Amino acid sequence: MIKTERLTKHYDSLTAVEDVSFQVGPGEVLGFLGPNGAGKTTTMRMLAGFVTPTSGSANICGHDVAREPLAAKAALGYLPEGAPSYGEMTVRRFLAFIADLRALEGARREQRLAHVIEHLQLGGVLDQTIETLSKGFRRRVGLAQAIVHDPPVLILDEPTDGLDPNQKHEVRTLINDMARDKIIVISTHILEEVDAVCTRAIIISRGRIVADDTPAGLAARSRYHNAVSMQLEEPRQLAAARDAVAGLPAVAQVEVSERDARLTALPRSGATILPALSELAARQGLKLKELHLESGRLDEVFRSITA
Amino acid sequence: MRNVGIIMRRELASYFATPLAYVFILIFLVLANAFTLYLGGFYERGQADLDPFFTFHPWLYLFLIPAISMKLWAEERKSGSIELLMTQPVELWDAVLGKFLAAWIFTALALALTFPLWITVDYLGSPDNGAILAAYLGSLLLAGGFLAIGSCMSALTRNQVVAFILGVAGCFVFLLAGFPLVLDVFRSWAPQALVDAIASLSFLTHFESIAKGVIDVRDLLYFAMLIGFFLLATAIALNLRKDL
Repeated sequence: MIKTERLTKHYDSLTAVEDVSFQVGPGEVLGFLGPNGAGKTTTMRMLAGFVTPTSGSANICGHDVAREPLAAKAALGYLPEGAPSYGEMTVRRFLAFIADLRALEGARREQRLAHVIEHLQLGGVLDQTIETLSKGFRRRVGLAQAIVHDPPVLILDEPTDGLDPNQKHEVRTLINDMARDKIIVISTHILEEVDAVCTRAIIISRGRIVADDTPAGLAARSRYHNAVSMQLEEPRQLAAARDAVAGLPAVAQVEVSERDARLTALPRSGATILPALSELAARQGLKLKELHLESGRLDEVFRSITA
Repeated sequence: MRNVGIIMRRELASYFATPLAYVFILIFLVLANAFTLYLGGFYERGQADLDPFFTFHPWLYLFLIPAISMKLWAEERKSGSIELLMTQPVELWDAVLGKFLAAWIFTALALALTFPLWITVDYLGSPDNGAILAAYLGSLLLAGGFLAIGSCMSALTRNQVVAFILGVAGCFVFLLAGFPLVLDVFRSWAPQALVDAIASLSFLTHFESIAKGVIDVRDLLYFAMLIGFFLLATAIALNLRKDL
């Protein structure tokens, strides 16, 4: 269990984090979202015991981070922002160093090291120094370091930043695999990540929590929630289709994209417009390439909340 | 204590993973020998002792030790690895001590590699080997004092050049604490007792008595307390602001 109570951090006159309280339980993957500079990293650093809060407290698995820092840190796997490490060390030596600090010994040490090397596919670079690795590999070394002691709580600051789509997919798979029996907090500004791995999302803006919901719940706040998007085969039908759709009583607004001959109809609140629209399309003889119901756009919610 | 050893070994290995260790040892040996043979008149004096060798150590250390200590914490801050280290289940003190000891052992190694000079005086005459051993100990303690000051300066900044300059300045003040250059700054306004106290902090006076082969408990205590004080100051500086 991670619990924070009114966590606050001021730097001189600057307020980085203000009154942040939340709880995360086992099986939850919490996505920490927010624009750059919103306070995500500072919050995670306070959870990890690297930054001392100005006021408030953080608790990891029953250990107060300020009062029992070693017990809290022992229960925690932490990937700092940018995955810093010791560039002149080889991957093998670096992981051995972390395993030593984590007091892993004997057969368990060997087994855990083999596990992380296999799962993060580090086998090929074990004897390379970390400074010679690509950004993706460095990130994976950082992840390996965070999970080598199989901690019950994982805090990962932008775990997929700088990775290519394949590597992102691997890391997300890894997080999903671990999600069952761990508490995971990840920060990101990549919204697709929230859908891909998170069971819950907190949006933070200017140091404060502005939303705390499931990804579906957040998407439902979008203007586009239950909107219907249709793409026409014939662009010249666009104007007529637009007028017809706008005439429907349940439609609040119509957005037109000329570029790909697409109409998006936004419903009045609570209304269902898909059946009416598909009927209208048949009646008007519109040739449709595509017709689909939107669940809501996270990026639009994100912008409207944090702007 | 276990973690002190783990951190110390990692740190020590990192010196040898870069050219730093080899460049430092080479320059140290070349300078130490050059000072001894040319400036110190090792042969011309016609005495079988290592006085001309040890006399120059404070001045050699003044610039070489901050070059070692500057990276202790400034580099960790710059690369961000301090965040990795401080979020492992490690006491801050273990890290401060482990990194300091690594640097000290490294300097001890460089110092030990000057042994051919000792063999030379032993071959040329019959020096007081006890006094030479004491002088080596004094030199090592001096290096430890400089390193502790440098460690503290390095903890204050993320810029290694700044850490180097602060280190040289800090060491210089302590080196010459007994001399007018430093004392005159205080004499104009401070009470005599404080001036005397500052004068007694001088590295040079404490080092010179050990270098003559006189091991006084007070001198040992002086270096131990000085190292302890600056390591504590290092820990405080780190604790105040880890995310500099």
